Order: sequence, then C-alpha cells, then structure tokens
Amino acid sequence: MLATRAFSLIGKRAISTSVCVRGGHGVAKVEDYTLPAYFDRRETPLPEIAYVQTLTPEQKALKEKEKGSWAALSNAEKVALYHLSFKQSFAEMNQGTGEWKSVVGGIMFFVGLTGLVVLWQRKYVYGPVPHTLDPEYKQQELQRMLDMRMNPVEGFSAKWDYENKQWKK
Amino acid sequence: MSLAKPMMRGLLAKRLRFHLPIAFGLAFVAAVAFKYTVTEPRKRAYADFYKQYDAVKEFNAMREAGVFQSVRPSGE
Repeated sequence: MLATRAFSLIGKRAISTSVCVRGGHGVAKVEDYTLPAYFDRRETPLPEIAYVQTLTPEQKALKEKEKGSWAALSNAEKVALYHLSFKQSFAEMNQGTGEWKSVVGGIMFFVGLTGLVVLWQRKYVYGPVPHTLDPEYKQQELQRMLDMRMNPVEGFSAKWDYENKQWKK
Repeated sequence: MSLAKPMMRGLLAKRLRFHLPIAFGLAFVAAVAFKYTVTEPRKRAYADFYKQYDAVKEFNAMREAGVFQSVRPSGE
C-alpha cells in the first residue's frame, strides 16, 4: 500500500514530465480538416457545427436571450440567431449557378475541334476507300437490289415502277 | 410568424395518384396511335400487294435478270 501510494504520487508527475521530456510530441497537432466542418447542403440540413464560432459580446447576449422564451425574441433577433447558426438559407444554397451554359459551350467547342481533326485525318491519314463505293459499282448494286425485288411491299422495290423502268412518282 | 406544419407523409402516394393515370393514359394513347398510323396501313399494304401478285410472273422476271443460281436466264 505504501508502494501504491508512493507510485500514485510519482506516477502523476511522471506522466506530465514524460510528455515534456518527449518534446511535446506526445499529442499530435490537430489539423483543420480533421475537425467537424460547416457545410451548406440540402441533403444534410443540420451541419455539424454552427457557422459563427467566435461570438461578439452582442451575439453572446443574444444567445443568452435565446435561452429564455422564444416568443420574447423579435423577428430581427430570430433572423440574427439564424445567421449565427447558418450561412446560406435553403433558397440561396439551392440556387442554380448557370454553370451549365459554360459546360454546353465547352462541349460544342471541343466537338467542333474534334470535327476539324477528323477532317484533317480523312484527307491526310486515311487511304482510298474500297472500289465497292465507286458510282458504277453502286449503280450495279442498285440494279441488283431491284432485280431481287428487295422489300417489294412497303420498302425499296415498292417505289420502283417495273413497267416503265423508273422510280414511281 | 409561425408557419403551418408541412406535409410529412404520403408524398409518394400523392405523386403517384397524380402521375400514374396520366402515364397509363399516355401509354394507351401512344399504343392506339401506333396501331392506326402504322400497323393498319401496313396490313392494308400487304393485303393489296398480294391481291394482284403473280408469283410465276415475278419469278420469271427475276430469272431473266440473272439473280438466281439454280436457274439461269432462258437465253443461256
């Protein structure tokens, strides 16, 4: 028992001195981003901390008044208390920004730029197209489609006049 | 300055009660419109085509054009 009493006396001092001995590295420095932060967000309506953290004396007095009956507060005081706790109202935070116009403009610009790149490619990079795309070849293809009576009811051959060998008017 | 308590429940039910009849109605209208602008004309077109269709004549015309492999045109 004597030992425990002695230890308790030494132990308390030993803890505090050991921190100093380690040069203050006993406790890590608290970074700002690890602390609770304030967010204006529709999905989480009540942020973790109030907006205004350090209160002026008038604001402190208002907070004291808030502890009493709320009917005694004037409308201006209620609004002031709201602005102590919150930065933007829901109407303000839900406002559109007009950012979409820049986005659409950027999209159109880059699509146009890509079109120019593709044009250049078509001229300087790609080789010739296959012979099957020649006009004479396409004519022969077309004639063969008509000969085979492709889609004769509502489609291709339906529009060809076989008696007069021309497209139907 | 006390506001009325807002609607807390039944929000989805209210939305469905309004939008579901509209959705069903529009779907029905789309189906009816498709039937009478697409399928009925198509059925009529096929019926009219086959009323005056001579299969043998068409076959001979195709044969003379040379599209078949089993029968060559009558000239060869």
